[in-house]
Amino acid sequence: MKRRVFSLALCAAMVASLFVGCGKGSAGSDNVDTSGELTWRIGGIGPITGGAAQYGQGVKNAIQLAVDEINADGGINGYQIAFNFQDDEADPQKAVNAYNTLKDWGMQILEGTVTSGACAAVSEETYADRMFQLTPSASSTSVTENHDNTFQICFSDPNQGTVSADYIADNKLGTKIGIIYDSSDPYSSGVYQNFATEAKAKGLDIVATEAFTADNKTDFSTQLQKCKSADADLLFLPFYYTEGSIVLTQADQMGYTPTMFGVDGFDGLLGVENFDTKLAEGVYLLTPFAADSEDEATKSFVSKYEEQFKGTPNQFAADAYDGVYIIKEALEAADLKPDASNEDICDALISGIQDINYNGLTGEGMTWNDKGEVSKAPKAVIIKDGGYVSAE
Amino acid sequence: MKMEKLKKLTTGSNKSTTKLIATIAVIVILYAVMTILDATGSLTSLMKGLLVPVCAYSLVAVGLNLCVGYLGELSLGHAGFMCVGAFISAFFSKAFRGTIPDVPRFIIALVIGTFFAGLFGFLIAIPVLRLRGDYLAIVTLAFGEIIKNVINVLYVGIDGKGVHFSLKDMMALGMEPDGTVIVNGAQGITGTPRQSTFTIAVLLLIVAVIVTHNFVNSRTGRAVKAIRDNQIAAETVGLPITKYKLIAFTLSAAIAGVGGVLYAHNISSLTATTNTFGYNMSIMILVYVVLGGIGNFSGSIIAATLLILLPEMLRGLANYRMLIYSIVLIALMLFNWAPSILKWREEHGLKAIIKKKKEVQ
Repeated sequence: MKRRVFSLALCAAMVASLFVGCGKGSAGSDNVDTSGELTWRIGGIGPITGGAAQYGQGVKNAIQLAVDEINADGGINGYQIAFNFQDDEADPQKAVNAYNTLKDWGMQILEGTVTSGACAAVSEETYADRMFQLTPSASSTSVTENHDNTFQICFSDPNQGTVSADYIADNKLGTKIGIIYDSSDPYSSGVYQNFATEAKAKGLDIVATEAFTADNKTDFSTQLQKCKSADADLLFLPFYYTEGSIVLTQADQMGYTPTMFGVDGFDGLLGVENFDTKLAEGVYLLTPFAADSEDEATKSFVSKYEEQFKGTPNQFAADAYDGVYIIKEALEAADLKPDASNEDICDALISGIQDINYNGLTGEGMTWNDKGEVSKAPKAVIIKDGGYVSAE
Repeated sequence: MKMEKLKKLTTGSNKSTTKLIATIAVIVILYAVMTILDATGSLTSLMKGLLVPVCAYSLVAVGLNLCVGYLGELSLGHAGFMCVGAFISAFFSKAFRGTIPDVPRFIIALVIGTFFAGLFGFLIAIPVLRLRGDYLAIVTLAFGEIIKNVINVLYVGIDGKGVHFSLKDMMALGMEPDGTVIVNGAQGITGTPRQSTFTIAVLLLIVAVIVTHNFVNSRTGRAVKAIRDNQIAAETVGLPITKYKLIAFTLSAAIAGVGGVLYAHNISSLTATTNTFGYNMSIMILVYVVLGGIGNFSGSIIAATLLILLPEMLRGLANYRMLIYSIVLIALMLFNWAPSILKWREEHGLKAIIKKKKEVQ
C-alpha cells in the first residue's frame, strides 16, 4: 500500500519535472539578452510533417532564403535576423503549441501560419498578445476577422472566388458552370462559397455542384460524369494541383472537354510527376506567381531556391519570400530597433504596412487595408505550349 | 491469525480508496506546483498552453479506460464522443454569446456537451452491446468517422428568423444579411469564447476520477466487472447484461464529452479533421489507456500527460521529431508489455530491489 503511494508520488515528481525541466530559455539556445547581440526574431509556423507538409516546407525554405539574403546585405536597420520555424502538422492545437514555443524563444514577429484552420487559432493568440502576424498563405477570412494585427499576403477566399466569377462572366468563358470542390478543406469550400454567391449575382448558371473530401480524392469520375450529364461547358475547380492533375486526366479519358478554370491552388500543375502536360493546355488559372516567369526578381528567386533546396518553389514559397521583405520595408519605414517591445513593433507594423506599396514576386503595387487583406490584382493566366500566358 | 485476516480484509477493501486519495493528492500537488510556477512567472508559454489540453485528453482517456478496462469492450470511437461534446458545447457558447453571462453559459455548455456525448453513446450502445465480439469496436470506429464527416458538411446559421440548417453549403442556408453562420462546414466553428482554465480542467478531472472510482466499486460496477469476466456466469446469476453494459458505456462516452467541452473552449478554431477528432485521435487515446495500464485510471492520466508533452519536448530535434517520437512510443510499449521485459523487470526492477533488501534484513 505504502509502496503504491510512493510510486505514485514518484511518478508525479517525474511528470512535474517534465513540465519544469524545459524552463525558460531552453527552447532557443541563442537568447537575446545573453548573446549580447541584438537580433530581429522572426518566427514561422507551418506543417512540415503530415499531409500538407509540402506547403509548409516551401514556406520554410523561402523565408530562410530571404532571411539569409537580408542578413548578408546588412540586416534590417543594421540588425541581423534570427529565424525559427516550428511544425504544426496543420492542426490548430499543435499550431498554438508551436506559437507558444516560439514565444518562449523570444519571437517578435510571426510569419505564419501556412494553413487557414491553424492560422485562425493562432491569430486569436497573437491578437491577445499583441504580436504582429503576417500569413503567407492562410486565405480564410476567419484569420483576419476582428484581428487588427493579422495581415495576409495571399488573396483572401472572397477575393479569389469573386474575381473568378467576375472574370468568367465578363469574358463569357462559359454559360453552364460545373463546380467540383473539396468540402473537407476550408480553403476550397471558402473559395467555392464566394464563387457561387458572386456567380448568382452575375447571372451565371451553375448546373452541377459536386464535392469530394480529403479521404477520397483519387477518383473523380463520378463528379465528372455528373458535370458531363448536366452539360457543363466550364468547370470551376477551386483546389490544389495534385487533385487537379487527376481531374484533367480523368476528364480526358472520358472524352469530356469543357473549359477548365482553376484558382491559385492550380499553380504547380505543370510540375506534377507522370502528368501529361498536354492535358493542361487551355486551362485557366488565377495565380499571383509563375515560377517560369521572365522577370529578373522571379528568375533570381527560383534559381537560388532550386540550387539550395532542390525543387521548384510554388506560390506559397513566393508569398513567404515576399513576406520577409514586406516586414523589412515596414520596419525600416518605422525606423525600429529590435529592443522595442513586441507591442510597439506590432503597433508600428500595423500602421506601417498600410502605408506600403510593395512590388514583389507575387504582385505589383501590393497594398493592405485595415481589415488585413491584401489588394493585388489576381492575374488570370492560361496554359499554352507548356507555359503560362497572360489570358488578357 | 484472526487479526491478520481481518487486517487483510480491511486493507483489501480500503486499498482502492487509498489509491483514489493518492491519485487525487497527486493531481492536487501537480496543480499547486503549476499554479505557483505560473504565478512566479517561471512557467514557459508552451507549458501554460498545454495545461488544459493535457487535462482534456486525460479526461477522455479516463472515459475510455472505463470502457476498455471495466466493461471489457474495445471502443475505437472515443474521439467521436469528444467531437460531439466539443461541437455541441461550442455551438451553444457561440450562439448565446452576448445573451447569457459567461459563467452560467459555460456551465450550461458543459452540461449540454456532456449530455449529448452520453446520449450518442447510449444510442449507439443499444443495438451494439447486445452483440458479442468485436462489433462495438467496428461500430464505434464507424461512428467516429460518420460524426467527423457529418460535421464537415454541416452548415448552421442563426438570424432574426431563427436557426437555419443545411447539409449542402452556406448559400443554401438562405440567411438574412444580419445573420451569423455558426458552423461553417469544413471551416468548423471559429470564435468560441475561451473559457477553459486550468483550475476548471483540474476540478473536472478530479470529479471524473472520483465518479469512475465510485462507479467501479459500486453495486453496478461490480456487476459490470462480473459481466466482463464471465458473461455467461453473470447471466445465470440473473444480471441484466445489456442494462449494465449500457450504463457503463454511456458514462464512458459522457466523460469523453467533458474532455471535448474543455478542448473546444480552449481553442478558437474548432475543425473536425482526422488528426483532431478522427480515428487517428481515437487510436491515440487508446494508446494512452493501454500504455497507462488497462483499468488503471491514474495510469491513463500519466500516460496522456507524457505522450502529449513528448512531441512538444522533442521540438528541439526539428525534422527528426516525429521519428524519435514513434521510436520512444514503441520503446515505452515494449517496456510496459513485452513478456521478456516484464520478466526482466520482475528480477531487476525497483520492486525486486526493495524486496531483496527486506529479505536481507
